[in-house]
Amino acid sequence: MAILVLAAIFFLGPLISAIRFSLEQTNGKDGLGNYTQLLHNAALGGSLVTSLEIAALTTAIMLALMLPTVVWVRLRLPRLALLVESISVLPIVIPPIVMAAGLATLQSHASAGLSNLIFSSPLTALTPVYVILAMPFAYRSLDVGVRAIDLRTLVDAARSLGAGWTTVLGRVILPNVRTAVLTAASLTVALVLAEVVIAETLLYTTYPVELVDTGQAQLGVAVALSVLSLAITWMLLLAISFIGNRGASRARIGRLL
Amino acid sequence: MSAVAVHLDGLTRRFGELIALDELDLDVAPGELVALLGPSGCGKTTALRLLAGFDYPDGGRVKVGGVDITDVPASKRDMGMVFQAYSLFPNMDARTNVEFGLRMRKQPSPERRARAEQVLGLVGLSAHAGHYPHQLSGGQQQRVALARALAIEPSVLLLDEPLSALDARVRAQLRGEIRSVQQRLGITTLFVTHDQAEALSIADRVGVMHEGKLEQIGTPEEVYERPATPFVAEFVGTMNRVAGRLAADGRLEVLGASLKASGPQSRAAGELVEVLVRPEALEAVADPNGHATVAERTFLGSFTRMRVTLDDGSELLIDAASRRGLPEPGVRVSVRATGEDALVSGSAHGLTPAAP
Amino acid sequence: MGSVAVLEQSLPEDPAARRRRGIPRGAWVGIVPFTLYVLVFLGGPLYEVIYGAFTTTGGSLTWHNFSQTFSQPEYRSAFEESLKISVVTSLLGGFFGVWLACAVVTAGPRSPLRRIVGSGAGVLAYFAGVPLAFAFIATLGRYGEATTLLGHVGIDLGASGFDISSLTGVELAYVYFQVPLMVLLITPALEGLRPEWREAATGLGASTFGYIRHVAAPVLAPAILGGLLLLFGNAFAAYATSYALVGIYVNLVPGWIQQLISGNVLVDENGIGLALGVEMIVVIAVVMVAYGLLQRRATRWLR
Ligand SMILES: Nc1ncnc2c1ncn2[C@@H]1O[C@H](COP(=O)(O)OP(=O)(O)OP(=O)(O)O)[C@@H](O)[C@H]1O
Ligand SMILES: [Mg+2]
Repeated sequence: MAILVLAAIFFLGPLISAIRFSLEQTNGKDGLGNYTQLLHNAALGGSLVTSLEIAALTTAIMLALMLPTVVWVRLRLPRLALLVESISVLPIVIPPIVMAAGLATLQSHASAGLSNLIFSSPLTALTPVYVILAMPFAYRSLDVGVRAIDLRTLVDAARSLGAGWTTVLGRVILPNVRTAVLTAASLTVALVLAEVVIAETLLYTTYPVELVDTGQAQLGVAVALSVLSLAITWMLLLAISFIGNRGASRARIGRLL
Repeated sequence: MSAVAVHLDGLTRRFGELIALDELDLDVAPGELVALLGPSGCGKTTALRLLAGFDYPDGGRVKVGGVDITDVPASKRDMGMVFQAYSLFPNMDARTNVEFGLRMRKQPSPERRARAEQVLGLVGLSAHAGHYPHQLSGGQQQRVALARALAIEPSVLLLDEPLSALDARVRAQLRGEIRSVQQRLGITTLFVTHDQAEALSIADRVGVMHEGKLEQIGTPEEVYERPATPFVAEFVGTMNRVAGRLAADGRLEVLGASLKASGPQSRAAGELVEVLVRPEALEAVADPNGHATVAERTFLGSFTRMRVTLDDGSELLIDAASRRGLPEPGVRVSVRATGEDALVSGSAHGLTPAAP
Repeated sequence: MGSVAVLEQSLPEDPAARRRRGIPRGAWVGIVPFTLYVLVFLGGPLYEVIYGAFTTTGGSLTWHNFSQTFSQPEYRSAFEESLKISVVTSLLGGFFGVWLACAVVTAGPRSPLRRIVGSGAGVLAYFAGVPLAFAFIATLGRYGEATTLLGHVGIDLGASGFDISSLTGVELAYVYFQVPLMVLLITPALEGLRPEWREAATGLGASTFGYIRHVAAPVLAPAILGGLLLLFGNAFAAYATSYALVGIYVNLVPGWIQQLISGNVLVDENGIGLALGVEMIVVIAVVMVAYGLLQRRATRWLR
């Protein structure tokens, strides 16, 4: 039990410090000054919008790409399951900074046309690579969800009743793996909102990049924002742990977090 | 190795409000195998764990060989325990598992190796000594667990549903093997199960537990044929409840037969009572003037079970040796009791005496 | 920070799937989009890194970039620091993580403690990065809460040589996400320890220490070793936290890569940055393969 006390001090210490720090105002009194400043910080607001757009698009592409793949592999290509899984997990051996280096090189070599098409906006430049970064999380949680249901029976039943593949995927499988999809989506969003290395290297001002920059000038505001970020991510994951506990694939999804 | 007696004296264990064991008394003679039988949650495992020392009683004493060991820690109790499943150490092969207890007793390596080989031979697994648990079948794993428990030459062997994770065939076979090893070594054994067939077939005596208490203990025949209470009667085997009328001289009129009444005797002659009768103690004979109809007939191998509906709507189960000519479903039959005695379970509320 | 821990749950293949071996004709079409996507968006950057590392700016094959990374003292020193910080923080994280996980597991699977630690560990292990750095600055920075507090009792952190924007500070911050990562990694293995093993060992005469030494420790060893490897890889790849704490001029390999490819130094040193990148991939790949092998061993026992 000593470890619980130790852990509480080590982990709660910085969190509590951050909260206290964020409540100290430049005028010397305690208050929500740093938080109200957030609302007036146009640069931060703009970067947050950018990041949320990227997060939404990344999640959409990730799901559109991964869910059919996972279902298809389980259903028709079980022999390739291990291969697809290995490929999905591959991005973890590539540190973000190396990914960034590759992209930066690509960017400097790219023709004007390609540059305009992709690298002109953070949305088109970062989204594809964030999908790659999210793949290990996404594949695992979707795969766990799909394994927990009797996929073959569900699909056979729906097909024998005359459903096409889109209907099967959208109306039969999707509702049954809702928890897994939600988990994958949340992890993807959290990842996009936390990724700083690639965006910074490619010189895009996403939310986490702006957060670092804010810290140079207004430490109090940056700390306030950090407190909010941590709290929101934590609540997101806590919510998943409860939702996941109701679902059939509870233990495994819980374990992913 | 001389066998020892086990004596549980008023053993009580509470979990908060719940009384898992309620002043349990139990005597096991040296070298005897007693099966503890009872429904799920009646406290069998709790009793065994108290005996093994994994848990401590809120009241009562545990004595082994006349010595009070209530306060002796589990590691010093010298009992061999076999669990329901998954108790083998996964990081050790079968032989090393079996050697474990001897290693804890600081026996030199060559000796404990020889002993392990010997005990593994006893359970017929010499060829698998080098296999790890995940390479063994469920039945083999339980054999290794048994060998491991026996290797330390325990004074008492405790088995907690050791066969329940196995399929029926392996279960029957291993049950026989456990019994023969136990008899050969003459080791005092407590065998917990919720499978009545298992208990009846393996034990010298069967103890039936109910809500933390011992309802009855006796030889398998006693428990089956002369259950002391209605609970025992219905838990061990199948029972029909029929109405009967008490006659004078302790006899009982049931389904047209006169049987000897057992069970609570404090009733007046002429009183209407509920009587418990085994399916094999009833007989259905095709009879156009009978008062019952065969509703269903199930072939179960050596015997056939019939479900018979009496004209008053109540149902009876009747077993007969399988043969040709048993009444078909839909046939009118008359039902007779063929046994010699029957258990009175209480007053007959709502039951009307069936006509013969 | 990597998304490394996902590897952790290698689920056993379902036997029905195993029986349906063989690829139905035409079925491969279903994974074409996925494969293409990975080829383009993972393969593309990866190709650039590897190609750039092995060629001169003129496009001819060269070993020069790699030999530079081995001979130049600044790169060697960065590699040493990266390795050192990875070893130290994974050992510390591993030690405290296992300890904490034990305490949490004994609290039972549905206890609130378990949920809070579980989800909290998820946040800190995977997504904390920059906010974490700021929390540390708010605690131990020059005007941090703990610094102020210690100042009141007469301890001057700054004078004692401690600086949150130093490698020691980075190390401390890394431990902060290494511990939760270890908790996440080791919890399934701890849950896999069956109470029967302990009781069986006790019944056979083992003390608590005997049980730990002969059963618990050997059973957990592959999982713990695997966890340590993953922690190592995680720290080795990590950059967000140190970037936010120290900035681009941190003496760690990722810092150098960023400096080199951002053109903060001479242009033709771009290739050296990419060579460092290839070396990072090799180190982490080796670690991950070892992890995979250990993991197979661990799950074999804990089924
Ligand atoms: N550690 C415990 N904490 C609280 N209650 C317990 C504990 N162990 C057992 N019980 C309760 O005590 C009662 C008896 O449990 P026990 O395990 O002895 O039953 P059992 O006869 O072995 O049942 P089964 O056949 O299902 O194994 C049950 O109601 C159980 O819920
Ligand atoms: Mg039990």
